[in-house]
Amino acid sequence: MTFFQVNGVEFSYKSTKVLDDVTFSIEKNEVTSILGPNGVGKTTLMKCINKILMPDMGSVLIEGSELHEMSRRDIAKNIGYVSQRGEMSRMTVFDSVLLGRKPHFEWEVTDRDIRLAGRVIHLMGLDDLALKYVNEISGGEYQLVQIARVLVQQPKVILLDEPTNSLDLPNQHMIMHLIRNIAIRNHIAAIMTIHDLNLAIRHSDKFIMMREGTIYATGDHSIITPQNIRAVFNIDAFVEKVKGIPVVIPI
Amino acid sequence: MVIRTKNGDISSDHDKWEGFDIYDDGDGEAIHNSSLYRGYVRKKGLMMFLALIILFVCIIIAAHNGPLNISSSDIIRYLLTFDNDGMGGVIWNIRMVRIIGAILAGSGLAVAGVVMQCILRNPLASPYTLGISSAAAFGASFAIIFLNAGSSITSTVSISNPYVTTISAFLFSLLATGAILLLTKLTRVSSETMVLAGVAISAMFAAGLSFMQYLATDSQLGNIIMWTFGDLGKATWSWNTLIMAVLLSVTLYFYYKRWDYNAMEAGEETAKGLGVHTERERILGMVLASVLSAVIVSFFGIIAFIGLLGPHIARMIIGSDHRHLIPLSIILGAIILIVADGVGQVILYPSVIPVGIITSMLGGPLFIYLLIRRYGR
Repeated sequence: MTFFQVNGVEFSYKSTKVLDDVTFSIEKNEVTSILGPNGVGKTTLMKCINKILMPDMGSVLIEGSELHEMSRRDIAKNIGYVSQRGEMSRMTVFDSVLLGRKPHFEWEVTDRDIRLAGRVIHLMGLDDLALKYVNEISGGEYQLVQIARVLVQQPKVILLDEPTNSLDLPNQHMIMHLIRNIAIRNHIAAIMTIHDLNLAIRHSDKFIMMREGTIYATGDHSIITPQNIRAVFNIDAFVEKVKGIPVVIPI
Repeated sequence: MVIRTKNGDISSDHDKWEGFDIYDDGDGEAIHNSSLYRGYVRKKGLMMFLALIILFVCIIIAAHNGPLNISSSDIIRYLLTFDNDGMGGVIWNIRMVRIIGAILAGSGLAVAGVVMQCILRNPLASPYTLGISSAAAFGASFAIIFLNAGSSITSTVSISNPYVTTISAFLFSLLATGAILLLTKLTRVSSETMVLAGVAISAMFAAGLSFMQYLATDSQLGNIIMWTFGDLGKATWSWNTLIMAVLLSVTLYFYYKRWDYNAMEAGEETAKGLGVHTERERILGMVLASVLSAVIVSFFGIIAFIGLLGPHIARMIIGSDHRHLIPLSIILGAIILIVADGVGQVILYPSVIPVGIITSMLGGPLFIYLLIRRYGR
């Protein structure tokens, strides 16, 4: 059985079709990057997968179960989502991470929830910030908090919309490395939208290239070719191999 | 940035994640930040307890207000023993009716403000700014002019039927809420459209109120103006009981949803991703906060700023975690209104200035001060 499958998803904003017959599947332990220019429907696809937006057509299956027939809470137990537009409120970093346990508890967080949050905060090196208010930390630090929150949520699939936004170079690689390790260690899958092709190539197993609301190409490193980059991004580029890894150099 | 590479070697810091098991809760490991967090939560509990003591002190001080001089020890004894004979009757049947009214109105407006500000993602959202008070004032004026009802217990205005005024104010408040929800439904259930709809509805009722004031006779105009000054002197045990029943039910629901509101603080998409029905919570929260405010405003009249001051001061002290924010706002709302009413009873003694005037006079400058403290450079 395919671990996670998106079948024929279509979505329109009013009369404008944004997603057209999007179909792909992914397996456990895989990190998948969705690539494409601005406005191609990457974020809309993420939201349709997670039922933040209800697709006009199509289905999303996780381990054979239809995701969109589940309650919102059950979806949250299966899918974790790191939004591009998180708001920085006057809550502590610890509380913000603890919020990830929301789909799992009924009335109040348990001692185990606090231990889980504390451990993730510690492993992500956020100890010094744990009791600081989120609106007093930097944008990059908040991105780490959002990722910590989704890990505490313990989903089977993690969706990340531009996870490396507002991060410096070491932290971009750190986050990507972390996501990959977590996917492999915990037998889950991660799907992300990302603009930096080289970062995506370095840390992903699979790529989905989107053009005009539909999938143009899907596969491993081999689909990152000058022809596909030209077709999707409308830009010429060299693709050279460095230590066996493709590197995209726009011309 | 929090996590740094060691000597520029990125991978050296990554080794620890090879075994990053998100299902491992680290049972048995001493995680320092979890212990610190537990201490932090206990500290919030202590702050709440301290606020309750301040509220109790305010109640004792406020119970001194009146022509008869009763000592603090006697007041405490009457309060603790529920003795309402003789002097105890003065305390319970005259002073405490008003004080309990202040506690209920202050708590109710503050908790309504907290929830409105959260679900509408707008720090200026409150029963007053969203038009519920304007609608109530319109409803009261409508009853005074067209239903021949009086409004308040003062020497200058008639009291033909205060219940009709109150019921009319309540119905128009609900009508305003319904109109806001309908406008929102016709567009989309977002916080922005709700706030904008509230502002538009508020402006329409304010215009309607002006029009009715223009039509009113001198005595009717007096009635309308007296009604719009929120006045705790109207408090009775039966109304207090009704307000308390609504306040308790609504607050219990709000407190039950505290984690949903926390999720909404992190943004709409994050909240949905955490399993929160944001549209449903926004509509339900709005309806319940409006009903609570409508019950309070339609009986006591317009009491401005409590729905802003209580929540904002609480947020400055304790943060936006609704587990603590909701109870602290309730306590602070009560304290602010008791103090404001006390000031109104004292400054022109023996005349009593309606509390609505005091909250408007003190609330504006205090709110500006809070604004500068919180957002100033």
